[in-house]
Amino acid sequence: MADLRINLAGIQSPNPFWLASAPPTNSGYQVQRAFEAGWGGAVWKTLGDPILNVSSRFAASSFNGKRVAGFNNIELITDRPLDVNLKEIYETKKKFPNHAIIASLMVEPTQEKWHEIVKRVEDVGVDGLELNFGCPHGMAERGMGSASGQVPALVERQTYWAKEVAKTPVIVKLTPNITDITATAEAACQGGADAISMINTINSLMGVDLDSWNTIPHVAGKGAHGGYCGPAVKPIALNMVAECARHPRINVPISGIGGISNWQDAVEFMLMGATGVQVCTAAMHHGFRIVEDMIDGLSNYLDQKGISSVSEIIGKSVSRFSDWGNLDLNYNIVAQINNDVCINCNKCHIACEDTSHQCIDMLTDSSGKSYLKVRDEDCVGCNLCSIVCPVDGAIDMVEVPRELAPMTWNERQAALSVAVECQADVTK
Amino acid sequence: MASEKIPRISLMDLEMNFLEVEQGLTNQEAMEESNRCLYCYDAPCIKACPTGIDIPTFIKKIASGNLLGSAKTIMSSNPVGASCSRVCPTEELCEGACVLNHSTNPIMIGNLQRYATDWAIQNEQTLFQPGVSNGRTVAVIGGGPAGLSAARELARLGYEVTIFEAADKAGGLNTFGIVSFRLPQKISFWEVEQVKKLNVTIRTNTVVGRDISVDKITEDFDNVILAVGMAHVPNLGVEGEELKGVYDAIEFVKATKSGQLSQDFVGKRVVVIGAGNTAIDGATCSIRLGAENVKILYRRTEEEMTAYDFEYEFAKQDGVEFRWLTAPKRIIGNSLGHVMGIECIKMKLGEAEPDGRRRPVPIEGSEYVIPVDAVVKAIGQTRHKELIEAFGLQHNGGVVTVELGTFRTSNPAIFACGDVVFGKGKGDAMVVTAAQQGKDVAYAIHKQYSPVGVVN
Ligand SMILES: Cc1cc2nc3c(=O)[nH]c(=O)nc-3n(C[C@H](O)[C@H](O)[C@H](O)COP(=O)(O)OP(=O)(O)OC[C@H]3O[C@@H](n4cnc5c(N)ncnc54)[C@H](O)[C@@H]3O)c2cc1C
Ligand SMILES: Cc1cc2nc3c(=O)[nH]c(=O)nc-3n(C[C@H](O)[C@H](O)[C@H](O)COP(=O)(O)O)c2cc1C
Ligand code: SF4
Ligand code: SF4
Ligand code: SF4
Repeated sequence: MADLRINLAGIQSPNPFWLASAPPTNSGYQVQRAFEAGWGGAVWKTLGDPILNVSSRFAASSFNGKRVAGFNNIELITDRPLDVNLKEIYETKKKFPNHAIIASLMVEPTQEKWHEIVKRVEDVGVDGLELNFGCPHGMAERGMGSASGQVPALVERQTYWAKEVAKTPVIVKLTPNITDITATAEAACQGGADAISMINTINSLMGVDLDSWNTIPHVAGKGAHGGYCGPAVKPIALNMVAECARHPRINVPISGIGGISNWQDAVEFMLMGATGVQVCTAAMHHGFRIVEDMIDGLSNYLDQKGISSVSEIIGKSVSRFSDWGNLDLNYNIVAQINNDVCINCNKCHIACEDTSHQCIDMLTDSSGKSYLKVRDEDCVGCNLCSIVCPVDGAIDMVEVPRELAPMTWNERQAALSVAVECQADVTK
Repeated sequence: MASEKIPRISLMDLEMNFLEVEQGLTNQEAMEESNRCLYCYDAPCIKACPTGIDIPTFIKKIASGNLLGSAKTIMSSNPVGASCSRVCPTEELCEGACVLNHSTNPIMIGNLQRYATDWAIQNEQTLFQPGVSNGRTVAVIGGGPAGLSAARELARLGYEVTIFEAADKAGGLNTFGIVSFRLPQKISFWEVEQVKKLNVTIRTNTVVGRDISVDKITEDFDNVILAVGMAHVPNLGVEGEELKGVYDAIEFVKATKSGQLSQDFVGKRVVVIGAGNTAIDGATCSIRLGAENVKILYRRTEEEMTAYDFEYEFAKQDGVEFRWLTAPKRIIGNSLGHVMGIECIKMKLGEAEPDGRRRPVPIEGSEYVIPVDAVVKAIGQTRHKELIEAFGLQHNGGVVTVELGTFRTSNPAIFACGDVVFGKGKGDAMVVTAAQQGKDVAYAIHKQYSPVGVVN
């Protein structure tokens, strides 16, 4: 069995699966149950000055009958007194010395406040800190959470204050509600962060009730934007992790968060540069026991690939992620329809006909049977037909033998400008 | 596509008739179905499985692409889980308990179980490792589901296990009794292989009581497990039973699983007597051997028949005819000593018997003759009384008496499980219960030696 242990900026954990700071990590009882179930670490529900919560807090989107494709909340940070949380953190750490407990923190943006909370939390023996610059609602209206997290200078300054007194590693949790997450990630590094984690939730309004015209969810007839998470946000989170991982000035470990529901998702985040992952929605949907398959599936995957330690996969796909300008313009694929598998729903035809390049023909063979065929010469290899096709293996996207040497847009532009300069030289 | 079945019966190529009828789920079907499972907490399907397979977990593992983990989850609870996925009456067990019965359709648990175990078989996976040897020895008599299951668990707990098996291959009725078109032999052999890989010695072609004495076994081993199942089909007690063309259904099915198929039934008329699992298997086998007409005779009605609904359905689809309230009175032979007909008598249902079923009583003067070429007897199974008595065990008409839960016999060093302890009037025996009893026996044996008892 492969070694699943990770070391994230000095924080050791028996496996890469942590619970994210959220309702699953609200209390000692819950975190201890989670550790018993197999979770390697837990980021405690964000600590700070006491707040008040509203009733009716969550909503979810069902997609075509699948529940919880996305999840939304308007909950704030912990609503339990700080000393109760600290006592439970202490007890939990004592019972589970080998599991990672990270305290998530959010306070008003002043040096004293940060110094005070960091000291109090470290006194009870946590393995690390996570600064919550992410929550997009409520706290942000008071200048905390994403209100801080959207301004690089504020991220840098507050990270610096926390680092002034912190003895344990400091992770900075970033908000996705920003155009370029590398700007705040870099600011966190400037401020001395030992690691960054992403993503927190994305601004969202789940829906409007067609009968009452109320927002979903609503609190006594009024709604406010919430934070979106769950499977639907995974591609957004994965991109943000990948952008940070490949950024030359962001050189700290990444804790990946956002839509991770199983071991396969976790492997993707790790290949794209995450050292470990955090999970919230999937645990809220199914309970702590989902970690069992996460561990078993990851371990079997590594064994089957002959990889002895999970840390060996971290970042292995980062070099394959680049800018559009570095993609080969002379690489070509075309769709190929396997008529023995095709069930003749004609969805690929109409998708291509109406919305792509009109190159899937509906034909009839000599026995009067209809079949579909792609005109290779017109196919641009967009993938649309294979995406809408409802059966596995009916459409393959196949490589066309190369006619031209690889050439990217950037290379092409460079070559053209050289040519223009030459011409200029000649006319001189 | 799974729904497209091969034409059911061919007279040209009998071998084809014995290929597995149900196709396995395609990858896409398995993906869709596994994602439909709710992953219930404290799930009722688990409780309805006699071996307690963690069904939501193995299904979740299929959904996440962890097929090795899924197969392990299944096989760790059920050492014959690949066979069970094919032969369990799932509507009565796991699938019958699925919560989705109340809202949509139950999850196809059996088919998903087959999908995961098929993957393990195709990818030649070894799922378990033997435990550290504890020096204790156990003899298992009978290598059917009950014996294999006990041996597998004991080997994992570090016991040195020897299985004594009368037949030339282990697997019991999974190997020789359940028809190939529902359970191909290679599935049973894979399960036997998994047990062998735990260093269990399997001595085939060894009849205990004949090739090795009962005393030798009790002397040589710390514990003995009797898992010999049931024996042959009893006599009907009518005239003509010794004629050529009269068969024991279990032997009859076994012949279709042991080498060349007989060509002797092509175009023939067959009657099968009885209406349990075995009768159905005898009848569908006859059809698949090319018989022109196959009738099942049963002295009670459709209501009392013990075969499962899906078996009944299957037999009807195969073209088997049913003659209810009909009992055999005499088998008629020709001058060459071969069956040529069977005299039957019509029955009616009388008073209720102690088991609640109404007693069939003959209608005087209703006799008639059905011309037939073969008669297959499937009216239950006799017991291994002689062997049970040789071990000196208490029994009730050949059903070994055991202590509830531990399956300990009247001799404290000897345990018994599977069909050998299956009492009468309890419906049909099942592979999955035999498997669970095998596990229970293993844990009971282990518990004797580890009183503080960390079992499993
Ligand atoms: C035709 C038929 C169809 C069935 N269909 C189904 C079905 O669809 N689903 C289901 O769940 N159940 C079915 N069953 C029942 C199921 O097969 C049994 O309940 C199950 O096999 C019992 O397992 P066992 O290990 O106790 O006995 P068996 O499977 O009978 O195994 C006993 C083993 O002991 C060996 N043995 C016997 N005597 C000796 C001896 N003296 N020395 C050494 N070895 C000996 C035998 O050769 C055999 O291998 C069916 C049974 C029959 C007969
Ligand atoms: C109900 C709810 C409450 C949350 N509260 C916090 C919080 O207090 N602190 C924090 O850093 N993130 C909080 N989050 C965000 C999660 O930690 C996580 O970043 C986000 O849900 C994305 O992960 P997921 O897709 O696995 O759910 C909360 C999320 C939810 C759903
Ligand atoms: S890949 Fe795009 S262009 Fe080519 S056939 Fe499919 S839909 Fe049409
Ligand atoms: S062993 Fe049988 S009852 Fe148990 S889950 Fe599998 S198919 Fe269902
Ligand atoms: S009861 Fe049905 S839906 Fe629930 S876990 Fe079992 S198989 Fe899945």
